Amino acid sequence: MESFFKTAQTVPLNHYILLSAIIFAIGVMGVLIRRNAIVIFMSIELMLNAVNLLLTAFSVYRGDATGQVFVFFIMALAAAEVAVGLAIIVMIYRNTNSIDINVLNRLKW
Amino acid sequence: MSILFAVLVISAKNPVHSILYLVLTFFTFTIQYILLNAQFVAIVNFIVYMGAILVLFLYTLMLINLNKDSEPMKTNLVKIAAVLGGGCLLVVVVAALKVIGVSDPVLIKDPNLGLVKNLGKILFNEFLLPFEISSLLLLSAMVGAVLLATKDPKTT
Repeated sequence: MESFFKTAQTVPLNHYILLSAIIFAIGVMGVLIRRNAIVIFMSIELMLNAVNLLLTAFSVYRGDATGQVFVFFIMALAAAEVAVGLAIIVMIYRNTNSIDINVLNRLKW
Repeated sequence: MSILFAVLVISAKNPVHSILYLVLTFFTFTIQYILLNAQFVAIVNFIVYMGAILVLFLYTLMLINLNKDSEPMKTNLVKIAAVLGGGCLLVVVVAALKVIGVSDPVLIKDPNLGLVKNLGKILFNEFLLPFEISSLLLLSAMVGAVLLATKDPKTT
């Protein structure tokens, strides 16, 4: 276990940036591909998480705790955003009986 | 691992499966935080994301009651264009990374940097005002969610 943590400490910073970039790109693709509003929300969560991981990695790399405090604020923001967004989705579902976002392209009904 | 699960999140047909894959993705992220010795962020990620937000998603799915795979997928052209767009973003980021060319290993300089005690001190000294404002934000979000989700007696 100790040697495992020793090898984990030698992971280059590049790999963290690469992983975050890939996850972020997957989130963007998810937003563009899917039409289900809930899945789009989950893709946005993926993007937020990629940014969180990157901030934490840089914070550890620089030895500065400010980045992790920032991650905490991002998480609070994400929780608020998800609550409001899901409430909006429920309201849309009540009005249109579907959560397909293409129904909403008229901006009124 | 997390890349695999993230791909599964956006490719699963059934939204419930998609949510469960999202749980696995967040779990791998928690492991990353623990490896980075960021204890506080790991615990908060575990509780808030895997506990609260995912339960919220599942409840919404239950309320909406998608019993059938009613979602028509977009056309292949739009799909290919979307993948190309995401790929372009990825290529740009990776190219920028190559230009910068940092590859130092992430050494844990301060072993108690991410611990709860240390972060709490910073959070309540330097970041006291943003902390209070975030509490206001959460309160307003809660009120707004309740207001939106309750039925309006006049219109419905």
